[in-house]
Amino acid sequence: MARENKTTGKVAGIVANLVIVEVDGPVGQNEICFITLKEERLMAEVIKVVGKHAYVQVFESTRGLKAGSLVEFQGHLLEVTLGPGILSRNYDGLQNDLDKMEGVFLKRGEYTDPLNREKLWPFKPLAKPGDTLAAGDWLAEVDENDMPHKIMVPFKLTGRYTLKSIVPEGVYTVDHKIAVITDSEGNDTELTMVQKWPVKLAIRAYKEKPRPFKLLETGVRCMDTLNPITEGGTGFIPGPFGTGKTVLQHAISKQAEADIVIIAACGERANEVVEVFTEFPELDDPRTGKKLIERTIIIANTSNMPVAAREASVYTAMTIAEYYRAMGLKVLLMADSTSRWAQALREMSNRLEELPGPDAFPMDLSAIISNFYSRAGFVYLNNGETGSITFIGTVSPAGGNLKEPVTESTRKAARCFYGLNQGRADSKRYPAIDPIDSYSKYLEYPEVQAYLEKNVSEKWLGDVLKAKDILLRGKEAMEQINILGDDGVPITFHERFWKSELIDFVILQQDAFDKIDSSSPMKRQQYMLAKVLEVADASFSFGHFEDVSSFFKTVINQFKQMNYSEFKSEGFERYENELDSIIKERLN
Amino acid sequence: MESQAFQKVYTKLTNITKATVTLKADGVGYDEIATVHGRLAQVVKIMGNDITLQIFEGTEGIPTNAEVSFLGRPPQLKVSDELAGRFFNAFGEPIDGGPEIQGEVRDIGSPSVNPVRRKQPSNLIATGIAGIDLNNSLVSGQKIPFFADPDQPYNQVMAMVALRAKTDKIILGGMGLTNDDYLYFKNVFDNAGALDRIISFVNTTENPPVERLLVPDMALTAAEYFAVDKNESVLVLLTDMTLFADALSIVSNRMDQIPSKDSMPGSLYSDLARIYEKAVQFPSGGSITIIAVTTLSGGDITHAIPDNTGYITEGQLFLRRDSEIGKVIVDPFRSLSRLKQLVVGKQTREDHPQVMNSAIRLYADAANARTKLENGFDLTDYDERTLKFAREYSDRLLAIDVNVDTDTMLDISWELFGKYFNKAEVAIRENLVKKYWKN
Repeated sequence: MARENKTTGKVAGIVANLVIVEVDGPVGQNEICFITLKEERLMAEVIKVVGKHAYVQVFESTRGLKAGSLVEFQGHLLEVTLGPGILSRNYDGLQNDLDKMEGVFLKRGEYTDPLNREKLWPFKPLAKPGDTLAAGDWLAEVDENDMPHKIMVPFKLTGRYTLKSIVPEGVYTVDHKIAVITDSEGNDTELTMVQKWPVKLAIRAYKEKPRPFKLLETGVRCMDTLNPITEGGTGFIPGPFGTGKTVLQHAISKQAEADIVIIAACGERANEVVEVFTEFPELDDPRTGKKLIERTIIIANTSNMPVAAREASVYTAMTIAEYYRAMGLKVLLMADSTSRWAQALREMSNRLEELPGPDAFPMDLSAIISNFYSRAGFVYLNNGETGSITFIGTVSPAGGNLKEPVTESTRKAARCFYGLNQGRADSKRYPAIDPIDSYSKYLEYPEVQAYLEKNVSEKWLGDVLKAKDILLRGKEAMEQINILGDDGVPITFHERFWKSELIDFVILQQDAFDKIDSSSPMKRQQYMLAKVLEVADASFSFGHFEDVSSFFKTVINQFKQMNYSEFKSEGFERYENELDSIIKERLN
Repeated sequence: MESQAFQKVYTKLTNITKATVTLKADGVGYDEIATVHGRLAQVVKIMGNDITLQIFEGTEGIPTNAEVSFLGRPPQLKVSDELAGRFFNAFGEPIDGGPEIQGEVRDIGSPSVNPVRRKQPSNLIATGIAGIDLNNSLVSGQKIPFFADPDQPYNQVMAMVALRAKTDKIILGGMGLTNDDYLYFKNVFDNAGALDRIISFVNTTENPPVERLLVPDMALTAAEYFAVDKNESVLVLLTDMTLFADALSIVSNRMDQIPSKDSMPGSLYSDLARIYEKAVQFPSGGSITIIAVTTLSGGDITHAIPDNTGYITEGQLFLRRDSEIGKVIVDPFRSLSRLKQLVVGKQTREDHPQVMNSAIRLYADAANARTKLENGFDLTDYDERTLKFAREYSDRLLAIDVNVDTDTMLDISWELFGKYFNKAEVAIRENLVKKYWKN
């Protein structure tokens, strides 16, 4: 799209953030332009062209804009700037560094540099002159918050290159010319540590993308134990408001076993982002002992920020994730909420007067969502190393109805479904993930099954399936009890129901605000599941159905005290011993 | 209306609908206001030199040769300390017979706060109502609506909360208030001797509905003046946001936009978020807290207005009439304050989080027992006890006429636990049980 002369144009029409521009030359779909409004320059993106009219969505408020204002087209798509210094930054949806902005209020037309141009980075070459290289290959390494940040051959380059020269180990700024590469025709290209990439296109600098097979630990029991997500896997969390989507997402982003966590706050509450800003610099990363914020990147487009930038924010986040994946790192990307992104698409589609699909969403919604989810995944890089993007999106179904278009479209794209249940939330059974309706397709993958067998235990998968059966049978028993009455069913129905309650209270429910219970390592999960199943497998003698509930309540209380205690601590073992004797008394 | 030197008067309208007029004019800015036939209007669409204006009062009686002049600015409000104690209409003009306000002119609908410049809300707002303070604690900088059916006493509860909360200013944004409710607020604030810290922007049912669209922005511009310039804590009351959303749908309908769910405009979420997200805690100490009312039709929260609101606000409060005790209570199941975690057990007693959760769980067990009873099944001893507990819990804690401090609420809860249950049934962490259990 690069041209010698910049195309310009004049504003011909304005409806909210949709502006129609009369252009004097070629324009490209999704090209970026700037609209002049007094001394401000408003960034916009072309979303439709009709004759000499380009329809652009403006990433800012159009208040005060007049017909006839000058527009300059930039000859490129919406791009992000990639280089060392992205970690622990807070960006808006267009990758402006929010901390660099002045004043309390956001100023229209203020764009800030995502990188620090002055900072000196400790640079260590990895490639040597004469090496043959292609896009995405590692040239050098700099230390970014103790993370080996790879400097790569720009993704935009095609073909093979020879490394002509590279600067020696030392400290340099990101703009320093660190290497020269030569293409097959002998043309030299100078490289710095910075490159740009258009957000709507996927970075494909890898060799292959196999099916994901490694478990990604999140510390959340009802995910890891019952419906695990894999490294490079995709999942989504739909739930009506008030069912704990955000608390769950924050728990995952705090605890998950990832090198880099990217949080895309997409059209959500500003105070939720502030919570991350406030808490993450204080919280320790259990794996490195450093602060959580050091491995975190936040893309904040809160619900009151301009709608068009909301759409861009998820792409910005995904592109940064792809950049870090190409360095061989494990990236976890969380987007809250993808429904707001879909609504942004709907608002524009509506202003463009397109024929609407279901619920007035654009017809291609499903395709857009699938395409986005497909950018996640586990990859083998060209040098044989591995990297991954695990993507978990939340969905806010309108009216809590899971048949609405965004949920339906996402269901087709994501492999794990963590449905939040209003009933569970109402009775404060958190996390409110429905144990029966939720699923992880990964449990059916033979490679995942083999991985679990090897890394957790040989009987793990069997135990998990058994726990699921007990939950299902418990639900059926409860329905029978509700229909026939407590004394209208055999006592075994009560026992069956209470065994499922036992799993519910001990394994599924987890206190996200308790220091110990909030995160449960796999070893502990394995131990607790085995312990719970021991009780579920035992046969007890009860004289009356009321004995069943009071017995299991005592058992559950004992287990809960164990959950609140440090694993294998003195207190933990004391509760366990008490539990064992309570159980022994009842055994047949 | 003020006039400016360069002002040109147009007299040829090309189109008139129920809410908008279109004319040819040059050099007009988007969102700019104008007067049409003496009525206030705002630019909503520009196509070449065709300008479409939304007339807030409606277009009844406007002729095609009406005089149109553009004011070259968005809607504005004059802000100063003189605002305190005054009543205004949706355009920010005094309606209490007092003098015009002298002060700095500000555009309404100003930009958002940079999220990194916000502070995490952390100050408890105590109301004395246990249904709120015990189960759904409010925090300054929070935004939370009452979801209520039109027949429920939401305006009364809101006025009570406003007066008990210790804030520097209270700003009332009334949209489609009946004249009776308007006078009710006026009287309550007057009787409490609090009038000097209250500012009201009121659109009553007697005023045209589209005017309402200006009320929240007017109220919040005033709120930002006190919170940012004066570092004050400001409580904004918005009632009723359902009527605000209805006005949005009228305008979008007149502009031929494709409606999405429940005939609401596709941008409803963004439109509501723009207002509610003005709730903020500033590092300098100033804060804006928003308590709103969203009336429901027949308790349906899946309708687009409450649904979108629920996704934006930090929780919601439900009122319900408990027929067993004959009082209105704050429903513990459906109410939620998302920010309560920031204060419960931190600014309140350590046992607060667990007591709150256990009491609600036991209350839920009572609801199950009631279902059993209604279906004609025998109740167990445990069921009987939960029912007795629920009744007393409802009467002594959930009812909106309760006015005690949080420690007392917790003590009452422990008393009820001890009265009706054993320790395993309550299932609270052992060290707390040891300290607080009452027999």
